[in-house]
Amino acid sequence: MSLWARITGWIVLIFGLTYFALPLLGLTEFSLKARRGVYSLDAYTKIIGDPEFQATFTYSIMMALVTILFGVLLVVPTAYWVRLKMPWARPYVEFITLLPLVIPAIVIVFGYIRLYNTSSWLPMTGTIMGTNLLLAFGYTVLALPYMYRAVDTGMRTIDVATLTEAAQSLGAGWATILARVILPNVIPAVLSGAFLTFAIVIGEFTLAALLNRPAFGPYLARIGANKPYEPFALSVIAFGITWGCMGLIQFANRLSKHTKAAQ
Amino acid sequence: MSFLDISHLEKAFGTNRVVKDFSLSVEKGEFISLLGPSGCGKTTVLRMVAGFEQPNSGAITIGGSNVVGKRPNQRNIGMVFQAYALFPNLTVAENVGFGLKIKGASKAEITARVQEMLALIGLPDKGASYPFQLSGGQQQRVALARALAPKPQVLLLDEPLSALDAKVRVSLRNEIRAIQRELGITTIFVTHDQEEALSISDRIVVMNGGIADQVGTPFEIYNRPSTRFVANFVGQLNVFRADEAGRIGGVSMGQGDFAARPEAVHLGRASGADIVLPATVTEVHFLGSVIRLTADVAGTRVSLDTFNRADAPPPEVGAVVELSLAARDLIQLGA
Ligand SMILES: Nc1ncnc2c1ncn2[C@@H]1O[C@H](COP(=O)(O)OP(=O)(O)OP(=O)(O)O)[C@@H](O)[C@H]1O
Ligand SMILES: [Mg+2]
Repeated sequence: MSLWARITGWIVLIFGLTYFALPLLGLTEFSLKARRGVYSLDAYTKIIGDPEFQATFTYSIMMALVTILFGVLLVVPTAYWVRLKMPWARPYVEFITLLPLVIPAIVIVFGYIRLYNTSSWLPMTGTIMGTNLLLAFGYTVLALPYMYRAVDTGMRTIDVATLTEAAQSLGAGWATILARVILPNVIPAVLSGAFLTFAIVIGEFTLAALLNRPAFGPYLARIGANKPYEPFALSVIAFGITWGCMGLIQFANRLSKHTKAAQ
Repeated sequence: MSFLDISHLEKAFGTNRVVKDFSLSVEKGEFISLLGPSGCGKTTVLRMVAGFEQPNSGAITIGGSNVVGKRPNQRNIGMVFQAYALFPNLTVAENVGFGLKIKGASKAEITARVQEMLALIGLPDKGASYPFQLSGGQQQRVALARALAPKPQVLLLDEPLSALDAKVRVSLRNEIRAIQRELGITTIFVTHDQEEALSISDRIVVMNGGIADQVGTPFEIYNRPSTRFVANFVGQLNVFRADEAGRIGGVSMGQGDFAARPEAVHLGRASGADIVLPATVTEVHFLGSVIRLTADVAGTRVSLDTFNRADAPPPEVGAVVELSLAARDLIQLGA
């Protein structure tokens, strides 16, 4: 590497640090100032002790897990089938999975409410379970671009067609092939998608607020408007979760010993 | 009726007719090679037997029952692929046991059979390894064991040795043949390597443009090729045009061209040889036990093989020699 490239690299790094790290540092610092004159974890203990925090956080974690399950059940078979039987359809499917990035969540949720309200043909918003389900579907849609991309990329590393034929000649049907051959070989990719989904669901505001479910996102917004220090403590916690997820993605990619074969 | 019967098979992809009126009868326990150049439809025939492609017309029966229309996982056929296709997430033992597990065999049964298969392929203590920890040759042997473990009716191999280096290729092909003999399993082996086909097959099907040009034992295919394509594709050949043959050898044997294998042409006047050709040596390749010479016979390039003899050094390049051959060793090619 030339001297200039090295210097440019450093400049970019320092710029990035001031851009991202400084605000974060300021945020963290402020969140520790709840007690006058000294640093303390008061804001954090207050937040974590808040029963509403516990309830909404648990709710959102449950929703995230359900969303991940839906996402995997939807995306893995789809990506598999497109790769195996309909390679011509890939650009279209990719386009569809990208739509949630350009269509605002609020449009999706208004559509949902219009289609599934209590006086519609399928009154899903009439029950709590129904609304939860609707919310999970909404989350699945929001996470679709990330999940699909992750899984599709994962499938590129294995020879889907030949492995399928090998399994078929050994007597396996579609369900067996998906569960025992395809899914285990894209687990790192599925986990990447899962952690991204998790991060999205934990912080999501629009869907949960408009469907009026007690999720973490609306709670975050409410606290932010009403308390001095706690929102900053919450932000730091949210950052921690997101970064934890990113770390887990890295970990998942290194996890599986057998995928080394593909490289 | 033979064990595996393919009759009047047709397959087209769009307007591209890839397999044309292909028929073949395979006896139980026979080792058949499909030999032909790239794109002649070998893989397509194999995939129709396996059930991965549907023929446009024709029938395939195995053990008397028609399999056309049956799904691949209902055919009980073992398949070995060029790219090994081992399941990367499973150990060698789990790979080999995969088919049995699907059939619902008991744990003890699977363990015993897996051990038996691993011993058969000479990898008895690799059961716990993952595929990526094995060499290409070992992986392909595991793939063979995996295909054989559920005791399939028919074994299909699609160029299983092409991805391996030359030495492994030769040893593994002999191993495959030995295992096939031991189990007595009916086998179709696809290759575009004529030496491979000649050395291990009971019978060879030479394919050209989707058609089975000739079916026969390696001996028949090599010594009595029935078409010009087969003669040219299998083994080395010296081709003389009919008029040339008349001019240079003073023989006239009717219409069409003639060909002679390198080993049918002798250096000097051999006893029993009735055609003598004056020639100039142009190349000498010393291959050890065999010496391959190329000579110019009135403008026609002729290759011949002679055995090495310690008391007779090979001729030099440029030497003027006499070549001889017996008229009955000439192969008549269709016009
Ligand atoms: N799924 C398919 N769709 C369209 N054309 C195909 C398909 N599979 C094979 N073909 C065509 O059929 C012809 C025969 O292919 P096939 O794979 O059977 O040849 P092959 O003899 O096995 O050749 P090789 O030695 O290169 O493997 C080729 O021209 C190929 O392009
Ligand atoms: Mg082929």
